[in-house]
Amino acid sequence: MTRVMVKNVWKEYNGAVVLERVNLDIVPHSFVSIVGPSGCGKSTFLRMLLSQETPSRGSITLDGQPLPPEPTEERGVVFQRYSVFPHMTALDNVAFGLEVAQAPLLGRLFWRKRKVALEESRQVLEAVGLKGAYDKYPSQMSGGMQQRLAIAQALIKRPKVLLLDEPFGALDPGIRSDIQQLMLRLFEETGMTVFMVTHDLREAFHLGTRLIAFDRYRTRPEEIGVYGATITFDLLLDRANSRSRGKAMEELENKMAEVCA
Amino acid sequence: MALRLINRRPGRSGRIYLGLLPFLILIGLYAAGSAIRLAANPDDKLLPGLLTMADAVQRVAFTADRRTGEVLLWVDTAASLTRLAMGLAVATAFGLVIGVANGILPYVRAGLSPLVAVISMVPPMALLPVLFIVFGLGELSKVVLIVIGIAPFLMRDLQARVEELPREQLIKAQTLGASSWQIVLRVVLPQMLPRLIDSVRLSLGAAWLFLISAEAIAAENGLGYRIFLVRRYLAMDVILPYVVWITFLAFTFDLALRALNRRVFPWLEAGKGA
Repeated sequence: MTRVMVKNVWKEYNGAVVLERVNLDIVPHSFVSIVGPSGCGKSTFLRMLLSQETPSRGSITLDGQPLPPEPTEERGVVFQRYSVFPHMTALDNVAFGLEVAQAPLLGRLFWRKRKVALEESRQVLEAVGLKGAYDKYPSQMSGGMQQRLAIAQALIKRPKVLLLDEPFGALDPGIRSDIQQLMLRLFEETGMTVFMVTHDLREAFHLGTRLIAFDRYRTRPEEIGVYGATITFDLLLDRANSRSRGKAMEELENKMAEVCA
Repeated sequence: MALRLINRRPGRSGRIYLGLLPFLILIGLYAAGSAIRLAANPDDKLLPGLLTMADAVQRVAFTADRRTGEVLLWVDTAASLTRLAMGLAVATAFGLVIGVANGILPYVRAGLSPLVAVISMVPPMALLPVLFIVFGLGELSKVVLIVIGIAPFLMRDLQARVEELPREQLIKAQTLGASSWQIVLRVVLPQMLPRLIDSVRLSLGAAWLFLISAEAIAAENGLGYRIFLVRRYLAMDVILPYVVWITFLAFTFDLALRALNRRVFPWLEAGKGA
């Protein structure tokens, strides 16, 4: 059970402020949906959680510990694309995380150890609905299957936090709702905390237990770069009460008319 | 309605026929030109008849040399291919190691990348005298010329390919707990091998160029040595078959490397047709 604390985080690029005064206290086992217009720092915020970028000011802590300066095993990730290794079969993609942990020199297991790793990988693949696709290369899979694979690959490391950067944005609607159901189930089963950046408000409300929106509060052209985006909307979502969720969604849709960049 | 030209495609047999046609035309033109010249002067050496060339081929490729007891073409081919293979092997090893290191390790890149960029601008042929002086006229200088000629290209190409790898892949590997070494070994290298084979394919032409040049200047055997030797006697009947043979060898290597790539790296092609 992991608590994520974000304290007064700023991010600047070449003197231009992108994000400012971001404060969050995320209780364990939250599903945080992050929405906002393009260019408002959603992905920047996620990359900071991943240590792909570091905050210019402020701090992010995981269970009280500051984030390490590079990506680590406790934070898994699924990107919109390129998350899986094209030169490995589905099974090898998933087993990769187990193999590198146990074989520091070769990054590869053999004989009995490999058999055990592959067995565990098969189970995870089955759990994400990829039973029977074990020997397929990513280029032989559909977009939805590739994202399922990327999720399985991350899950096998049992990360405390899973970061999703528009993971379902490129998928067809039918496939998308299937994989959303899968994500909800895995979220409940694993007890991890999930951060998901999305463009799709419906998805954000459907999956999230908490919803935050990044937006600019100063939008005149000469103010861009001086003032960054920040959290303009922070809402705890009640899964059971769909009526209040519908109302909140409408309100947010009206508020977020403008574009950031 | 008549199809637009850009939408008209030859069938399978049509493609083969069209592909062969220019070759047949060239051979025909040569035969005609040769016949005309030989009719005017039976001793003409410039465009020997096809039969004369067949005789020469018979002499150099299937008859043991009276003086040495060896068949010239095979001795030359073996000598040249040995040099070429050694040069390519060393250049490929350098290209892979330095290219990957430059591509993935910022500190190595900062130190080596400018050097590689400058070295790749040195015309290798201008260094040949230096190589002869330093390494002597033996095999080593020829191999080194090939290495100097193509290794910088391979290094730069590989570095660019490594840098082209999606950032997401490297991040993902880190979140799965892989170390730098493990990332190189299991994520970068396997994806670079097919690219490396492609780059080697592209540099085959240059490798042959450097090989023939080095052999022409100082050697005791080899394909390049032979054609430059018999040039003194205007022996076009030997030179032309040698050139055809060299072309055939180069073409075969190219095909072989391409086939190797398809066979060894199924994930490259997998699903492309779907």
